[in-house]
Amino acid sequence: MFPGTNCEHDVAYALQEQGATAELVWHTSEDLSGFDGVVLPGGFAHGDYLRTGAIARFSPIMEEVARMAAGGRPVLGICNGFQILCEAGMLSGALMKNRDRSFLCRPVHLRVESTNSILTREARVGQVIQIPLNSYEGNYVAPAAGDQVILRYCGADGEVDDESNPNGSVDAIAGMANAAGNVAGLMPHPERAIESVLGSDDGALLIGSFVASLQPA
Amino acid sequence: MSALHRQLGMTDAEYATVRAILAREPAPPELAMYSVMWSEHCSYKSSRVHLGRFPSEAPWVVVGPGENAGVIDLGDGWLAAIRIESHNHPSYVEPYQGAATGVGGMLRDIFTMGARPIALWDAIRFGPLDDPEAGAKNAYLFDGVVKGIAGYGNAVGVPTVGGEVEFDDCYTHNPLVNVMCLGIMQAEQLQLGSPGQVGDIGVLLGASTGRDGIGGASILASASFEPGSEEKRPSVQVGDPFEEKKLIEACLELYDKGLVTGVQDLGAAGLSCATSEPPSRAGVGMDVDLDAVHLREAGMTAAEILMSESQERMLAFVEPANVDKVLAIASRWEIESAVIGSVTDSSLLRVYHQGEKVVEIPAASLTEDAPKLHRDISQPGWLAELWDAAPVAGSRPTNDETLLALLDDPALGDPSVVYQQYDHMLFLNTLVGPGSDGSLLRLRGTDKALAGTVDGNGRLCYLDPRRGSERLVYEAALNVAVTGARPRALVDNLNFGNPEHPEVMWQFTESIEGISVACEALGIPVVGGNVSFYNEGGGSNIHPTPVVGVLGLADPVPRTAPGLNRAEAGMEVWVLGDFDTIDLAGSAAQRVSWHVLAGRPVQPDADLARRLTEVAATLAHLVPVLHDVSAGGLAVAIAEIAIKSGVGATIEEERWDHLFGEAPHRLVAVTPSGGPVETVAAGLGIATRRIGTMGGDRLDIGGSNTELATAKAVWQSAIGSRL
Repeated sequence: MFPGTNCEHDVAYALQEQGATAELVWHTSEDLSGFDGVVLPGGFAHGDYLRTGAIARFSPIMEEVARMAAGGRPVLGICNGFQILCEAGMLSGALMKNRDRSFLCRPVHLRVESTNSILTREARVGQVIQIPLNSYEGNYVAPAAGDQVILRYCGADGEVDDESNPNGSVDAIAGMANAAGNVAGLMPHPERAIESVLGSDDGALLIGSFVASLQPA
Repeated sequence: MSALHRQLGMTDAEYATVRAILAREPAPPELAMYSVMWSEHCSYKSSRVHLGRFPSEAPWVVVGPGENAGVIDLGDGWLAAIRIESHNHPSYVEPYQGAATGVGGMLRDIFTMGARPIALWDAIRFGPLDDPEAGAKNAYLFDGVVKGIAGYGNAVGVPTVGGEVEFDDCYTHNPLVNVMCLGIMQAEQLQLGSPGQVGDIGVLLGASTGRDGIGGASILASASFEPGSEEKRPSVQVGDPFEEKKLIEACLELYDKGLVTGVQDLGAAGLSCATSEPPSRAGVGMDVDLDAVHLREAGMTAAEILMSESQERMLAFVEPANVDKVLAIASRWEIESAVIGSVTDSSLLRVYHQGEKVVEIPAASLTEDAPKLHRDISQPGWLAELWDAAPVAGSRPTNDETLLALLDDPALGDPSVVYQQYDHMLFLNTLVGPGSDGSLLRLRGTDKALAGTVDGNGRLCYLDPRRGSERLVYEAALNVAVTGARPRALVDNLNFGNPEHPEVMWQFTESIEGISVACEALGIPVVGGNVSFYNEGGGSNIHPTPVVGVLGLADPVPRTAPGLNRAEAGMEVWVLGDFDTIDLAGSAAQRVSWHVLAGRPVQPDADLARRLTEVAATLAHLVPVLHDVSAGGLAVAIAEIAIKSGVGATIEEERWDHLFGEAPHRLVAVTPSGGPVETVAAGLGIATRRIGTMGGDRLDIGGSNTELATAKAVWQSAIGSRL
């Protein structure tokens, strides 16, 4: 977590609910030995007064995150964490301001495009899930990237069109992975959808995939 | 050039009092401190003598009015802290920063008490968006305020889980921005604004001190707007939610480790308030070294440093042995800190700047000797005529026309264009979120949940401030009850006009009486509040607009709380409560169809309100839909359920006055046949009537025949189409 991160307790709770042990690590730490994987949670790292993630990528911990990614360990970025992974070059693309220039907090439907990632390995291609979005800079921009696209915004019926694209993302891309599938990022918040009493438990599928990807170091 | 005290917003009489206290001429920095601390905003000088009327006691009250926030006991070792405050004038001068810093100030009041802020509500009021002359300005203010609340609340990481939006001509020159914040804490984390022991060290934490917000309390919040208000823009503070987020985490860690003996946030009146209030509460004094204060800009005078309202600052009182630990924790959270003074046994506030003593005054004189005014009170002469007038004259529009006109009204239409800009889900507690009567947040680790709502109705209170205010409390209580909670505490934000007008003071005292009567009837203690006077512009006062926030406790939490979207085809539609009284005075239908404000709102029934609230809190555990009937009346209440559930309704009530009147004490329940409505209601003597059935794709309300899709489209675009 970085100064300005604010979803860290929610993510830790969701990981624990899915059977993992989670610990918060401050951004100045330079040692992640003993951890099997990393989640960069949402929020406003370092205030995000510049381009999102532009300062966070230089936080000391990011070298260690890059080392874990290179070593094949699961690395997941949610919302601001996704922005940071893109900024740090661990995922391709960038996140711009929403098409409507407004912050947007509401549930969105997502279609699983690829299961070749630590985030989607327990889902099936074409599966439609509902998870809340919560961002001002969620408009993904990049050339389309084959099976590195893991999630797209869609309607309740799984149809991808302009109307179901909440923020103007290119090709309605909501989540990406690297080629190896061990680094993944998405704008919506799966940790906010792990219990039906909160509106949806579809996020448990994604968080559960991440937890299932953890192997003892 | 006028005398310094007048430039600072002080009267000649107040200046004479200062001279008498000091037995000499006050130095400029001393006068600066008195001017902000004795301002209307900080001293409540016009209102203080009236606020004692509020009932404020209950067995579960831990901290009542007068502290930074009210605190109640939730059981299981948990406490809730709650507070409401206005940021009306700053939001008119600079809507984004005005609203943003309103949120920031609220949060500090909550974590000053030791609680983690977990939810915000906002009640915002503007002039009409489609006004031919002022529409563009009103829309600019509306958009700026919403974006300011979103920008600050989302980034600082506290969800905005509910609120209300209203539009009326009277707010064109003076919008209202009221924010309520809820925090929770374990009982042992409670902090009180004490200065600790003599010898304790004052550590200033957080942002540096600059020239922003100088005189915010005295010059901006305690005076009326005249042409040229933009010159007051430097008096608005600038918010930094990132700094606040770090400050919250640092303070909570300091409390957790037991490293502070007292803490005070720097809000209105800045250092003047933070260095005088805690010592004066304890009858001690403080020495302050302004040269130690970390400044944003060079060359600030002592008066400027003392009056600055720079945001995101806290003053912690720390035992000398713990100072290094406190500074280390501040450093870890990447916030600045400075040792700026110490608590003395002198009862004097002494301030040093550039090696010289620039202030030496009795600390308590800033608070306890503040003026208390008994302003003139008289009932407005124009009221009798309004009471005699018929609320609506001539023939009624059709049910169809009226319903669509109401759904197209921005105050009644879909507010999601507002709340989708707010993070309302953080912390994974939001069981019932914005767009509902009340919001419901689970309290993890217990089987309980907290419900909250904010409610105001300026039109009703204009026509009868006592009845209007009393009804407001009953409505707010119902709004939390329909989530399954019982009301436990109330905070009030009293937005009124110029207190120098006797009729405004009459509205004010009548409103206090109405709120008090209702709270007594329901057994709800008033645990805090805020008074905002001088809300006037364009030559007239705003409607008297008290806004009440009610906190409820659901114990246990309903397995599935009622939702407006949970009606299904075949379910029965019931009305509970009073379905005989007709009241069109101040109603939305009166405004939308006749553009008038006339008549006298009916007197509410306190005993009925109490029983209906109890029935609602019980039924909420048993039925899928439970909805308070308020603005727009029965027809709009049912239309909202149908639209959100995506299923039509057939309602066998044709009488226009009953469909669109807004008499108090009514609920709509939707339930499968054989549901518990009659039994539960009969147990408390509440009348029930089955009035229809859900189903189909039309809204057939009293013979009207609107397609549900049409009604939904109109409702959804009510705000958006006017921006």
